[in-house]
Amino acid sequence: MVTEGSVAEFNRNGRVVVVGASLAGLRAAEALRDEGFAGTLIMIGDERLQPYDRPPLSKQVLLGRTSADRTLLPRRRAINAEWRLGVPAAGLDLSRHRVRLADGREVGFDRLLIATGARARPWPREAEAELDGVFVLRSVGDAAKLERRLAAKPHRVLVVGAGFTGCEVASACRARGIEVTVAERGPAPLVGALGGVVGAVAAELQRKNGVDLRCNITVTELEGDLGGRLKRAHLSDGTVLDVDVAVIALGALRNTEWLTGSGLAAGPRGIACDAGCRAFDVHGIVTDDVFVAGDVARAPHPLFGYQFLSLEHWGNAVSQAETAAHNMVRSGLDRRPHLWVPAFWSAQFGVNIKSVGVPPMGEELLVTQGALAEHRFAAVYGYQGRVIAAVTFDHGRWIDFYSRQIESAAPFPPEFVGVDRRADGMRPVPADFPDPALPTHGPTVTVSGYAPNERRLTFTPART
Amino acid sequence: MISGTLLNQATEYENRADPYPIYAELRKTPVALQDDGVYAVSTYWEIRSLLADPRISSDIRNRDPRLGGPMITEDEANLPPSFIRLDPPEHDRLRCLAGRPFGPPHTPRRIHAMHAELARMIAELIDRFHGSNQVDIVEDFAYPFPVAVICKLLGVPHQDEHLFHDWTEKIVNALDPNPEEGPLERQRVAQQARLDLGGYLTGLVEEHRLAPGEDLLSALTVEHGPDGGMSPVEVIVTAVLLLIAGHETTVNLITNGMLTLLRNPEILRRLRDDPDLAVPLVEELLRFEPPVQLLPQRTCLADIDVAGTVIPKGAPIWLVLGAGNRDPRRFQDPDRFDPDRRDNEHLGFGSGVHYCFGAPLARLEAQLALAALARRLANPELVYDPPVYRRNPVLRGPRHLHVTFDTLVA
Repeated sequence: MVTEGSVAEFNRNGRVVVVGASLAGLRAAEALRDEGFAGTLIMIGDERLQPYDRPPLSKQVLLGRTSADRTLLPRRRAINAEWRLGVPAAGLDLSRHRVRLADGREVGFDRLLIATGARARPWPREAEAELDGVFVLRSVGDAAKLERRLAAKPHRVLVVGAGFTGCEVASACRARGIEVTVAERGPAPLVGALGGVVGAVAAELQRKNGVDLRCNITVTELEGDLGGRLKRAHLSDGTVLDVDVAVIALGALRNTEWLTGSGLAAGPRGIACDAGCRAFDVHGIVTDDVFVAGDVARAPHPLFGYQFLSLEHWGNAVSQAETAAHNMVRSGLDRRPHLWVPAFWSAQFGVNIKSVGVPPMGEELLVTQGALAEHRFAAVYGYQGRVIAAVTFDHGRWIDFYSRQIESAAPFPPEFVGVDRRADGMRPVPADFPDPALPTHGPTVTVSGYAPNERRLTFTPART
Repeated sequence: MISGTLLNQATEYENRADPYPIYAELRKTPVALQDDGVYAVSTYWEIRSLLADPRISSDIRNRDPRLGGPMITEDEANLPPSFIRLDPPEHDRLRCLAGRPFGPPHTPRRIHAMHAELARMIAELIDRFHGSNQVDIVEDFAYPFPVAVICKLLGVPHQDEHLFHDWTEKIVNALDPNPEEGPLERQRVAQQARLDLGGYLTGLVEEHRLAPGEDLLSALTVEHGPDGGMSPVEVIVTAVLLLIAGHETTVNLITNGMLTLLRNPEILRRLRDDPDLAVPLVEELLRFEPPVQLLPQRTCLADIDVAGTVIPKGAPIWLVLGAGNRDPRRFQDPDRFDPDRRDNEHLGFGSGVHYCFGAPLARLEAQLALAALARRLANPELVYDPPVYRRNPVLRGPRHLHVTFDTLVA
């Protein structure tokens, strides 16, 4: 336990354990050393690899432009850590300040950072998920295996779920000249993250690039041959497709199961923490020695009504890790809040997509620059008379402006006249988000109410 | 000092060698209305934000002449504006087309593939220093090198390079907002130079259309994007832009770099022993002595509030990049030249949609040039400091940079 008066002693001789050796864990470790932490630093990770970068796995790696093992994260500095890689954490004893590993060993800490991230949601029918040819895409290993299969020129790839990962996989397939079908439960690709208006643009992009896109449809069965190889996919409209590869892109699951029974407010949507990255316990009381960062965190955000946000964004992982590290080696008023404005990007079908804010909160949408029909535009989302989010297709250089509009709660519809404002950008239209109770691939940012111990979340697998 | 004339003072020739103390005064009022109607923006975050603000236009035709400011027009005659003076969507269309043969995603290896050729050009120029112990870095190196590069890139025959010296100088002179002779006369001279250059390029484009090569002019002439290509006149206007922007700025970057290195002998020694230092060093140079000191052609499309000052619609805005780059709210110890500086997101190449088109080329040219000069000149010293500067306050750099050295290292 670190008390206020003993922070200096902790910084000299303390013991920090970081569970999760990916982007957030590594950046936190580096920030801890930058902030002057000189004690013992232990990095625990379930994968054997040193920390690597995931965005290229669905882009350059699948295109065959770089190999999966060349995506290790660049190091900002030496961190002088003890690495415990290849064994996942299996439990947390808050009263004894110990992390239990899957092999039974225990690791004690003075302060703990949880950055266990998320994993790909698997295909819900286990026997089908085991078929040769059925993939998910989250790890270096996943990417390497999928790339090898794409390089062998499969007859047709089925992508299940048209979220960002699914769309990027489909884009890579088309770039490699591979036939691809995308099956999406919602009315359009990216609809959960960006709404129906922008989703329709994403659908046009796919079709223009030769994707066999099928929306409002689910995959009911993946069928293998006697050798256990994927042969066919059955869709909910009765169609049967011959496919030899299926990529399951149904969003991510937070890695919080290891905390069950620990007393932390950990659930399917992540671990609730305060704006200073300190974890809440199940009673909604903030802990002082357990911190959270990255995809696994769920934190209240002042710009969005102090609702808890769960983010699966690269930039959030970096920023939150830095804030968590800063606050781990300080006390009281020296601590600072994590005030990052959500932001993410994607590259698909030759288009750069960027977004800031929380689009799913948007009620209306207004195209402020360019035109949807040209697939080059900037649009803002409005919520209760203010700008709450923005998205750009090949207009990324303007995104900082929109970020400031969100930060300053600028009025919606925006009053300004700017360069490249078109006639169809003069009136807002409904942003057209689907009912959030109907999960598709899931948005990459989720607002999840005000209660730290919010645990409700159900995913309904496709009915047969 | 009187704040309403600070911008004027900063651009006066007598302050060319060191405008930075005046910039510091200017920064005390982040958005300062000048007596001539220009709004001078001099602080880092305000410049950054305006460069990403869709309410700011680069098209001078959006100016309200009643709001004052010097009228800098170079395009009213026969040639339409180049993309640097246009807003989206026209800007985007032309810049995308110009970018196709120049860089990613369509030609990602263009600049990388020029590495060996650039190194050879540099070696040849420095070899010519043999038999002398004093050179003018500008005339003998920093000018001929980028001209040769841009001519090679565009596909201009080597023997015609000398023609460009004269034309570009006349065109660039028109950008001087504080002229000695009347602005109208300089505008007329510049206009004539643009026409001569345009006429020359018209012939050249025709030659490339008939026999296309690997160069940019050929690509711009014969290759089309998904939505068509450039018209012949657009090719010429774009070529003029690339020709001028592609070397006038790089001359100053290399010369400012050598000057800064000679003023910091310890860093010069480090660069000599470690050529890789050139990469962060050039970034710091772009912050510390940016070749483009200010952007004088932005205009507001609406009344906008910047740092508590409302800039009215149609008003002229000057973004003083050289001042923003030394803003202590953004850069610690900003007046120190520190090639080890981290988090160096300078404004040397601007920001936003008009971010320097040739940045990857300029970086490589300056990195290779400075590393080579540092390695090959033994005990180099400035003959006088400060050097004589060019008149131009926008594209700022020494007119000559005389340097002595003991021997030439092989």
